[in-house]
Amino acid sequence: MLDARILQKLTQIVGAENIATGAQDMLCYGYDATQMEFLPECVLHPDGADQVSRILTLANQEGFPVFPRGAGSGFTGGALPKGGGVVLVTTRMNRILRIDTDNLVAEVEPGVVTEAFQIEVEKLGLFYPPDPASLKFSTLGGNVAECAGGPRAVKYGVTKDFVMGLEVVLPTGQVIRTGGETVKGVVGYDLTKLLCGSEGTLGVITKIIFRLLPYPEAKKTMLAVFDSIDGAARAVSTIIKGKIIPTTLEFLDHATLICVERRFNLGIPKEGRAVLLIEVDGDRDLIEKQAGKIHTLIEPLGLVQFRVAKDAAESEELWRVRRLVSPSLRDVNPDKFNEDIVVPRSRVPDVIRRIELIQSRYDIPIVNFGHAGDGNIHVNIMIDKSLPGQLEKAHEAIKEVFQAALDLGGTMSGEHGVGLAKQPFIPMELSADQVAAMRAIKTALDPKNILNPGKVLPVVG
Amino acid sequence: MTKTKIDPLKRVENDMKKCVKCGACRANCPAFSAFQREPAAARGKVALAQHVMKGTITLDDGTYAAMSKCLLCGSCVDKCPNQVPTDEIVIAAREALTQRRGLTTFHQAVGQVIKNRKLMHLGALAARVLGPLFFRKVPATSGLRLRFPMPFLGGSRHIPKIAAKSFISSHPEVVEGEPGKPRIVFFVGCMTNFVYTEIGESTLALFKHLGCTVIIPKDQQCCGLPGMSGGDLETVRSLAEKNLLALEQHRPDYVMTACATCGGALHRLYPLVIGKRNPELKERLQALADKTVDAAVLLQKLGLDPELTGGGESLRVTYHDPCHHRTAGVVKQPRTLLQGTSGIDLVEMEGADRCCGLGGTFNVYHYESSLKINEGKSAAIRATGADAVVTGCPGCIMQLSDGLKQAGDDTRVLHTVELLARNLRR
Repeated sequence: MLDARILQKLTQIVGAENIATGAQDMLCYGYDATQMEFLPECVLHPDGADQVSRILTLANQEGFPVFPRGAGSGFTGGALPKGGGVVLVTTRMNRILRIDTDNLVAEVEPGVVTEAFQIEVEKLGLFYPPDPASLKFSTLGGNVAECAGGPRAVKYGVTKDFVMGLEVVLPTGQVIRTGGETVKGVVGYDLTKLLCGSEGTLGVITKIIFRLLPYPEAKKTMLAVFDSIDGAARAVSTIIKGKIIPTTLEFLDHATLICVERRFNLGIPKEGRAVLLIEVDGDRDLIEKQAGKIHTLIEPLGLVQFRVAKDAAESEELWRVRRLVSPSLRDVNPDKFNEDIVVPRSRVPDVIRRIELIQSRYDIPIVNFGHAGDGNIHVNIMIDKSLPGQLEKAHEAIKEVFQAALDLGGTMSGEHGVGLAKQPFIPMELSADQVAAMRAIKTALDPKNILNPGKVLPVVG
Repeated sequence: MTKTKIDPLKRVENDMKKCVKCGACRANCPAFSAFQREPAAARGKVALAQHVMKGTITLDDGTYAAMSKCLLCGSCVDKCPNQVPTDEIVIAAREALTQRRGLTTFHQAVGQVIKNRKLMHLGALAARVLGPLFFRKVPATSGLRLRFPMPFLGGSRHIPKIAAKSFISSHPEVVEGEPGKPRIVFFVGCMTNFVYTEIGESTLALFKHLGCTVIIPKDQQCCGLPGMSGGDLETVRSLAEKNLLALEQHRPDYVMTACATCGGALHRLYPLVIGKRNPELKERLQALADKTVDAAVLLQKLGLDPELTGGGESLRVTYHDPCHHRTAGVVKQPRTLLQGTSGIDLVEMEGADRCCGLGGTFNVYHYESSLKINEGKSAAIRATGADAVVTGCPGCIMQLSDGLKQAGDDTRVLHTVELLARNLRR
C-alpha cells in the first residue's frame, strides 16, 4: 500500500533517521502488552505538531492508515497496526515544556514518561497523582489517550481529571488547541474530555496541559488481613462511610494470597482470606488520626492482622505484597487474560461471588486483585494456551465476567480501554444508539477513517 | 540455512516465551535509553530472537545490528516482572549470529588475543610503547587498531596507560601467609594485570595483612568476557577450561577477584556456557563458581578492620555499582567497608546502579551511545560534589574516567581496595 513515492514524502517530513521500514523494526513495532501482533509497513518518529500534521494530511491524500503509539504498553491492542500502514511513535516528543508553580499547571509533550514527569514536579513540591502500574515506562500521551487510572484514583481520580487542555492534530491534519489553563472555562464543547480515553482514534495529542496539586506532607501505609472476603469488602465501604477517603485501597483475594505466599513467604497468617493495602496521605497529624480510626472501624470485620508501616522502608515492605502479585501468577498457569472490570464499590463482594461461580463452572483458575476502593477489580483468567479448548473456555468465561459487572451496574473496563481486545463485547455494554452517536463523531472528525481505524467501535459489516 | 544454525537459540526458547512484551524493560535498559528505539529494548530483542526461530527473519545485518545493542548488564532481568533472562537470550543470539556469519574482524582479533596470554603480553607491550601516540591518531574504524588490540580498550579515546610490568609477572606465584588462615587464589583479570596494577597491589596488601596465603597462578587467562560480548562462545569455553585447570589445582578455600566482570564470568557465565553435554566439566566449573568471591565481600567476611588499613586523609566519595556486582548481589558490602573507614565520607549519587555504558565490546561498536549512557553518569557523579568516585570493576573505572575526562572533570576514579589499603601502602 505504501509505495516508494509515499515513503519518500514521509522521509522528507521526518528525516531519514526517523523513518524505518526494515523487517526488524516492523517486528518491534507490531506488538504491545496484549501479545497480539500486526506488522506495520513503516514506522515514523515525528517531532512536533507540524510534522504530525503533514503526515496526517498525506495520509488523507493517499489513503493510508496511521496508528499512534506511545510506549506500546497497552493491554487492549490500541496501538497495534491491524491491516498494516504507518505506526506514528510519539516518544521523540518528550520535553517537559514548563511547570508553573504560580498556577499549579504544567505543559508537556506526549512522549514524556509518566514517572519522569512526577519526579520533576515533586522536586518543586508538587504532585501529579495518576499512577498506572506502567508509570515507569508508559508515556503521558498514552495515559491521556487511554485515560489511565491507578491505585490513587480512589482519592484523586484518573488521568482525565488532571487534563486541562491539549494541542491536538485532527485526523484531517489541522492543529487545534482544546481547553486551556484556567480552572473554569465553558466556551464551546469540551473537546478535551472527548479526547481523553479516545484511544488515538480522534486525534494525535502533541501537547498536554496538566493540573497539579501540592505534594502531601506525609503518607501512612497499612496492611489489613481479613478472615473472609466479605470482611475485606465490607471494610472498604465502612472506611468510606466513616468519612475517610484513603489514597489507595488495594485488595488481594485468597487465590492471589496463595500465589504470593507460596513463592515469597511474606508472613500472611494462614487464616487470612483477603488482604487490604490501605494508604492515607495529607498532614502528618491528620493521617495519624485517620490510621487509628481506620483500625477501630475495621477491627470488628474479622481482622486477623493489622500492620502499620513506621517509615518509608516498612511502607515499601508492605507494598511488596501487592507488587509481587504479577510475578507470582505465572505459577498458576502460563497465560493470563487480565481484565479490569469496575462495579460500584459496595458491589465488590457480589461481583467476587459471581466470579467464584464462573471459575467453578468453567474449571479454570481466576485470580482477583486490584483497586477495591474504586470498585476496579483486575480479574485474571489463568490458562495454558497450549492445552486444547482452554482458549475458548477463557473467552466464554470473560464474557460472563463482563456480564456480571454490567448486571451489578458496572462497566467492562475501568482503565485498559477497548482497543481490539474488547471490541467484540461492546454491544453488551453500549446500545446501538450510543454506538451510532460515537460513530457520528468519528466520521465527522475522520471522514476517510485513516486514524487508528478498526479500534474502539465495532467494525461494520 | 541449516537447523543447527539456530541451535543456541533453542537453548533459551522456553525463556523467550516468558516475555509478555509488557514494556517494563524500557524503563531499565541503558541501551534503550541511548537509542530510544524499540529494537534496542529487551523485549524487542526477545521478539526478534523469537522471529528468527520462527523463520520470519534470518540472522542478517538487521538482526546483527539489533543484537549488538545490548550491554549484557542484566538491568532488564533484575526488574522484569517475569524474570526473562534477556542477557542469556542475547548471548545465544550472538552465538547463533557468529555461527552463521563468522566473527567480525575485530572480534576475531579479540578472540586470538584473549586466548593467548603471550600474545596479550606482546600486545600490551606494543600498546604501551606506541599506544599514546598511536591510538589518538588512528580513526576508531581503522583496521590498524587491531594490530594492538586490547580487550575492552578499542575505540575509547582516552586510553589508559599500560603498566611497565604486568602485575602477575611482578610477584611470585605463592605469597605465603600464616598457618591456619585461608588459602586464596587471586584471579587477577587483564585490566588489573596490564593496566591498573595498583588494584592488584592493594588487593594483595589487604589479604597479606589478614594473614592469608595468596596464590597468583601464572597460567591464569583472560576471563573471556570480551569474547562473550561478540558471540565467540567457543573462545569463552576454551578459556573456562584453561582457567579451571589453572585455579582448581591450588585447592583454594576461595577464588577471589577484584574485578566485577571477571567475577561474573567465573561465578555465573562459565557454568552457563558449558552445556549439558559435558556434565563432569560443568560440575567442576560449578564448584569453582561456588568458591568465587569478590574482594570486598571476602574482606568483610574475614573481618577486615577498614579503619586500620584505610583510615586517614579525608575524602568525599560516591560509589558506582558495576552491573556484574549488582546482578551478583554485591551492593552493601563495599559501602559498609567504605563507611567504616575514618576520613571517608560516602555520599550516594542518583542512579548509582545504572550501567556506565561500557558493556564489554559494546563501546567499540556504539562508542557514541556508550558515551551518551556515560554522560548521565558523569553528571550524577558531579552533582554529589565528591572528590572521587569509587567502584569495584576496572572496566567501569576505565569508562568512568573516559567520561569524566571528556567532560573536563578531574574527579578521581578509584577501586574500593585502593582506598581500603591506603595505610598499608604508604
